[in-house]
Amino acid sequence: MWIRSTMTYRASFLLSTFGNAVITLLDFVAISIMFSHVDALGGFTLPEIALLYGSCSASLGLADLLLGNTDRIGVRIRDGSLDTMLVRPVPVLAQVAADRFALRRVGRIAQGLGVLTWALWTLGPQVAWTPGKVLLVPVMITAGAAIFGAVMVAGAAFQFVAGDAAEVQNSFTYGGCTMLQYPPTVFAKDLLRGVTFIVPLAFVNWLPALHVLGRPDPLGLPGWVAYLSPLVAFVVFLPASLAWRAGVRSYRSTGS
Amino acid sequence: MRQRAALYTAVAAGGFRRYATYGTATAAGVFTNTVFGFIVAYTYMALWDERPGLGGYDQAEALTFVWVSQSLLAAGALIGGGFQEEIQERVRTGDIAVDLYRPADLQMWWLASDLGRAAFQLLGRGVLPIVAGALAFRLALPTDPWRWALFMVSVILGLVVGFGVRYLLGLAAFWLMDGAGINLMATVVSIFCSGMLLPLTIFPGAFGEFVRALPWAAMLQVPMDVLMGKHSGAGGAAGALGFQVFWAVVLLGLGRLVQSAATRKVVVQGG
Repeated sequence: MWIRSTMTYRASFLLSTFGNAVITLLDFVAISIMFSHVDALGGFTLPEIALLYGSCSASLGLADLLLGNTDRIGVRIRDGSLDTMLVRPVPVLAQVAADRFALRRVGRIAQGLGVLTWALWTLGPQVAWTPGKVLLVPVMITAGAAIFGAVMVAGAAFQFVAGDAAEVQNSFTYGGCTMLQYPPTVFAKDLLRGVTFIVPLAFVNWLPALHVLGRPDPLGLPGWVAYLSPLVAFVVFLPASLAWRAGVRSYRSTGS
Repeated sequence: MRQRAALYTAVAAGGFRRYATYGTATAAGVFTNTVFGFIVAYTYMALWDERPGLGGYDQAEALTFVWVSQSLLAAGALIGGGFQEEIQERVRTGDIAVDLYRPADLQMWWLASDLGRAAFQLLGRGVLPIVAGALAFRLALPTDPWRWALFMVSVILGLVVGFGVRYLLGLAAFWLMDGAGINLMATVVSIFCSGMLLPLTIFPGAFGEFVRALPWAAMLQVPMDVLMGKHSGAGGAAGALGFQVFWAVVLLGLGRLVQSAATRKVVVQGG
């Protein structure tokens, strides 16, 4: 239904999809401008950073397409329209996700996959490919999307407590993606520990991509952790969905 | 005249209070700006380690750029937000007709209300990120109070220029009906051309010259350079502020023209 309604304003839809792709591509333009002044950033070359950029952008794009609208839950709580969802015989999370489903977000996925393809094309000959590494690329994208998705669900659950705090969620998703598009060597060790062990964003693309590139992890983790992303995604979804359930149970209608 | 001033002050105060109501949203915004500040600060440190003095900034100045621009983002509505969606919605629903009947000028009304909003966001979302940045990194904040005063003048001029652009976007709804597409494109341009993504001084060659002459430069890049004393001497600072005044006058004038064209177009339907 939301797809059909967006298509009513076709020109606006095309502009938005294009705009969505461009807006995210701008980060990469910024990185390219940086590389017009330097040859390497934190010891990583432009194609290597493109691999990081493309993979996290595609993951976030997928999560955003499927669950991005969960940040509207705050509005629904405030105006009381969540009540209507609670009485329908469909899981609330599915309804919230489908609410104002924004097809224009395929712009980000396409753009991320485009940069990723360029990176793999350029890096291809230098990488010592094994079947495991080949498999790791698609696994990295989907597991990464699941991790971002878990963060979005957790953020939505947080809004039951905090009200209009959608921006906190953004700092972990969009902020996280901004961070993951740069090599981990750029950041302080404490920050790396935080995004590896507390909010495990490092599993979205850093650890798998470092393994593909044959580079050591700055925290000294063994190479096989690169394959843990799907497991990590599963593990973080548990507390996120529990928090979501707790949030829905604690919900009190504004009565309006 | 005095009545007018009192009216627009009241409108501005209303804008201030309206945003001051959202306590959690403000706290969430400060948190987000601080998180982004840290991420961008580390990437700039890597870049300036590699190329000291890039764009005419040393590392402390580059980090100052990061943190002060995080503080100005919300006030300048540089990544979207602000009032243009509201005008567009009022045009779509027809509520704009009510606005046109008010005994106040449409443009001045929205300018006052937007400056009120910006004033709140400068205080509510501007101070803490700078404090966080100054605690965690070595910044190049000036100690000269005169420089800070000049910076505030430049920030206000930048806000007026930003208003000028967004007012045109708001009025575009009279012709487009749905503003989502054009707003998004405007955000793209604003992010890229204001200096938010990277200081405009490191944009290369003729392209850099071009971007630095556009109105978006007046919203972020110019205030930042005024703060850090990049336009040294009275002449330099006057030139920088003059550039902002030029764009403010051009955009507000253009807004007037479009406004009168738009209001001639309005057909009020009963119902």
